[in-house]
Amino acid sequence: MPTLNFQSQSFPFDSGESVLDTLLRNGVPVSYSCKAGNCGACMLRAVDGEIPASAQAGLKDSWIAKGYFLACCCRPSDHLAVVPLDADARIAATIADITSIAVDVLRLRLRTEPFAFRAGQYVTVSLENGLARSYSIASLPGEEYLEMHIRLLPNGRMSNWLRNEAQPGSPLQLMGPHGDCFYTPGQAHRPLLLIGTGTGLAPLYGILRDALRNGHHGPIHLFHGARQPAGFYLNDGLSALAREHTNFQYTPTISPIDQTVAEHYPKPKETSAFLCGDPTLVQLLRKKLFLAGMDLRDIHADAFLPST
Amino acid sequence: MHIMSNTQSPSLFDQLGGQPAIEAAVDIFYRKVLVDDRISRFFEGVDMDRQRSKQKAFLTMAFGGPVNYSGKDMRNGHAHLVKMGLNDSHFDTVIELLGGTLKELGVADGLIQQVATIAESTRNDVLGR
Repeated sequence: MPTLNFQSQSFPFDSGESVLDTLLRNGVPVSYSCKAGNCGACMLRAVDGEIPASAQAGLKDSWIAKGYFLACCCRPSDHLAVVPLDADARIAATIADITSIAVDVLRLRLRTEPFAFRAGQYVTVSLENGLARSYSIASLPGEEYLEMHIRLLPNGRMSNWLRNEAQPGSPLQLMGPHGDCFYTPGQAHRPLLLIGTGTGLAPLYGILRDALRNGHHGPIHLFHGARQPAGFYLNDGLSALAREHTNFQYTPTISPIDQTVAEHYPKPKETSAFLCGDPTLVQLLRKKLFLAGMDLRDIHADAFLPST
Repeated sequence: MHIMSNTQSPSLFDQLGGQPAIEAAVDIFYRKVLVDDRISRFFEGVDMDRQRSKQKAFLTMAFGGPVNYSGKDMRNGHAHLVKMGLNDSHFDTVIELLGGTLKELGVADGLIQQVATIAESTRNDVLGR
């Protein structure tokens, strides 16, 4: 019987069984989600043996070259040795581009070593001088760039560095990913309520596209709150997505966002909610949704804590 | 630990429906607490998940279910609220909302009375006396 080596352990497997199933059957705690080759959460690296081409379908050439593959789609016929992509390791990244996308928002795109994450999670960006800040990921696993939306703060050291000094090619390090505000496949019919203010939109943008990519067909409603219309920095892209997907609705609002949501959803039922952004508002929304009848376990929140 | 159980009849906890009854009651109870102007201020600004599990532990205790609460835990856990002015009237309100929760769930008056009696037994510890 062929064997699968995972770090120092060795597991026999039947041909036809996926690497993910072999590991799970043996109680190895590996991250995974869709088990269908979409989410990228179960990505591992092969260090010895032959990887079936189907386990690398859709991955970037540079990743394939390094032996990265999706464990859920990998059904090896012979011996294979694999290692995890260490979630807490420092991930090398370089700046691809920095673009101003609103008066006070920068879009940062990075090239990174491959690492497993879920859209909507966040990473900590650190510079050589030790300065570190956490930002939510707006891109999906497998996309060319890791994308973040950075709010420019008057005294924000990282945001000022990004605006004034950083250049394409500048090196960074990432730690993570962290956070449990992400889409979980398996309930494609369930209504999703995505609510964010300011750059709280970033993780929601990732979660939204992750859901659509996973074939979510239940209604998805995204509310984006800003102080002024200029703050709706993804208005065009989100409006286009709403035209393409009849189950997706986008509501930008400059009114108090909890009131806007309450008008649309006086009684949210059997819904999963994702709340991101200003901590006070996240807390308020959480309470209001709970009082409106939602189960706290269905309310996923990511409160952005400021640091300068 | 089953408070008020005896060999002849099922325990209070079982009569109330056990763990599933706690699950059914906790959200109803927590919502009542959050919207009641007499006491809501004591529950603001706290982590809701943690608060919910505390409410669950409290209900389990009041239902005569298996929890290990000591009087000391009760005192320590509520000391900061006593500083904020927590007094008998607030405690009365919680007992009232607990009764309202059980009534809403269709629990018989006799059982509600037993639950209230257990909850009542924590009064002095909660209020730090």
